[in-house]
Amino acid sequence: MSTDSSAARNVPTGPARRGPTGAEPARVAAGQPGTNRGISRREGDTAVIDGKGVYYKTLNEQVREEIEQGATRVVLDNVIGQRYIGTGLTFKGVTVVINGVPGNDLAAFMNGPTLVVNDNAQDGVANTMNSGLVVVNGDAGDVLGYGMRGGSVYVRGNVGYRVGIHMKAFAERKPLIVVGGHARDFLGEYMAGGEVVILGLGEDDGRVVGSYVGTGMHAGVMYLRGEVAEHQLGKEVRTAPPTDADWARIQEIVNDYCAVMEIDPGRVLDRSFIKVYPYTSRPYGRLYVY
Amino acid sequence: MSGRGRDIREAGNLYSGLTLGGSHIRQFAAREPYREEAGQRILGGCGLMGVCDQSGKRMSGELALQSMASMHDRGNGLGGGFAGYGIYPDLAEYFCFHMLFTDEVAKEDTEFYLGRNFLIVQEEPIPTKPIKGIEDEPILWRYFLEIAEERLKETQLSPEDYVVHSVMDINSYIDGAFVASSGKNMGAFKGVGFPEEIGEFFCIDEYKGWTWTGHGRFPTNTPGWWGGAHPFALLDYSIVHNGEISSYGINRRYLEMFGYKCSLQTDTEVVTYLFDLMLRRHKLPVEMACKALASPFWKDIDLMPPEQHKLFTAIRMVYGQALLNGPFAVVLGMADGMVALNDRIKLRPLVAARDGDVIYVASEESAIREICAHPQESWMPRAGEPVIATVSAQAKVANGSSRQCAPEAA
Repeated sequence: MSTDSSAARNVPTGPARRGPTGAEPARVAAGQPGTNRGISRREGDTAVIDGKGVYYKTLNEQVREEIEQGATRVVLDNVIGQRYIGTGLTFKGVTVVINGVPGNDLAAFMNGPTLVVNDNAQDGVANTMNSGLVVVNGDAGDVLGYGMRGGSVYVRGNVGYRVGIHMKAFAERKPLIVVGGHARDFLGEYMAGGEVVILGLGEDDGRVVGSYVGTGMHAGVMYLRGEVAEHQLGKEVRTAPPTDADWARIQEIVNDYCAVMEIDPGRVLDRSFIKVYPYTSRPYGRLYVY
Repeated sequence: MSGRGRDIREAGNLYSGLTLGGSHIRQFAAREPYREEAGQRILGGCGLMGVCDQSGKRMSGELALQSMASMHDRGNGLGGGFAGYGIYPDLAEYFCFHMLFTDEVAKEDTEFYLGRNFLIVQEEPIPTKPIKGIEDEPILWRYFLEIAEERLKETQLSPEDYVVHSVMDINSYIDGAFVASSGKNMGAFKGVGFPEEIGEFFCIDEYKGWTWTGHGRFPTNTPGWWGGAHPFALLDYSIVHNGEISSYGINRRYLEMFGYKCSLQTDTEVVTYLFDLMLRRHKLPVEMACKALASPFWKDIDLMPPEQHKLFTAIRMVYGQALLNGPFAVVLGMADGMVALNDRIKLRPLVAARDGDVIYVASEESAIREICAHPQESWMPRAGEPVIATVSAQAKVANGSSRQCAPEAA
């Protein structure tokens, strides 16, 4: 035992010494580091990988290998919490189908592929995504589309807090998030570009979005199907009825979303939309001006 | 045995402020004052889970272990722990102290203290098995305790307050001794390691409970040490927490007014004591206690109908210093159920699910699916809106009487 003050307190301040005593704890979940590979099979251009008990690193390596070996469709079965699926994947024309609940940071930095999740997704979907399409056939969690730079995310159900935070656009890169259900607070926080559409379909307590909508927003646009009260808005946004150009764009987005989700666009377009936009491109321009 | 504690203790009367009357007849070793900040910060996030069978059926701790194992990467191996409720059915009427002792001196001091203030019904080492990765464990011991009637009369305390005083005494004044849990028919199992390692180390698969909470730690502001692992428990209340209680200083000073002493070097401690204060001592309904900890914003209170407006204004005014600021997701385990709560602007993850009578909560949905593949419903609780699971007294009696599940009952 050392003689410094922490020893007098009997509180170790550094990591505990870890040594080779005792039995290895059993590996009981895919979330624990391990090297076992998922059983895979090929059906033509489709590769099917069983993700049961496979650690995220190995699973993502296997996805990459299959695509490099010519698969244009990769189906992942029994996915449970594996992180970073589709992250940094840059193959265009490739589809990855996820059966199960994928882990955080799905499709982060993704560049081209289509990702289909046949369950709920967790937090951080499409973090800094570049291009491609993510389809979530369930709910998705918080900070979806964080810093997203391009491509589209279509969610069938609800999404969590801070969706579209720091989303941005440049030249032909224009990210799009469409949510079938409702969104929680801080939608489009600090948004700097791109489009967010919330449809509010399905059961809810009547509020399509939560509070603090568009706080700090300074570019881009949001279209909400239904009402939004003044007190739900951040200080940096205004609302207006959609212009003809907006309405044309809403129809275009809804039609594509409905085609992917296989729902009747007439059912979606039967209700009025409201446009949320930033009233200035520099909301904090005077913050540090004395 | 370390000579250190002995030397200091024999150096003289260093403390005489123990709160249980008549117990400061022996001097305990000196302690360094609390340090609010560790030297360095590491960024990360903890993982937590809770499962509660509202029908009172008891589940193996294996379930909590497996769920936490699936969130291995959320922690960094510097803290893991579990709390189980209904695990000591044969000794359910006694307060069970799960103790961590850094050395034999701490154990001797504590046993002296417990011997003076309680009737020790049963005492034994907490069963563990050697697990790779778990080293330098303290002495782990548990005591089943009863309080003599005359001691209650003498001190004019309720049994629960009596226990609270003794926990504060041990944690604050006996160097190297820490109470991991002190409730009835429950226990906290915690230490330095990944949660699945800690779970195996403590053989939690051999216990059965109707509520389990679990935690994997990624220490940020305070050291990773055995007493600093979650859950933090007092009486039947236990807390696992992901986040940071930025209002720790205010909460701590507020709690001190009610006799709580914060001595475990971690912000989370205050949440446990606040629940004990509000639920047990002030008898607030659990929903209201949650609204004190994660109050609605004034702008939202202003939009409420008059009656509600009045209620929430009162809660904010009376319990202003109990308000928890900063990001958090917590799961409270208690005798009659479980509560999960987020901060007011949802700065930490939390997902809930229900399957029949069983309520699940976790930092990640996959950790729920790991132990319940297809729950009937799953949802993301709103910021500041508690998820409450309740086990009735009848359900506990109906399910808690089986002897075969109690490994500890001699």
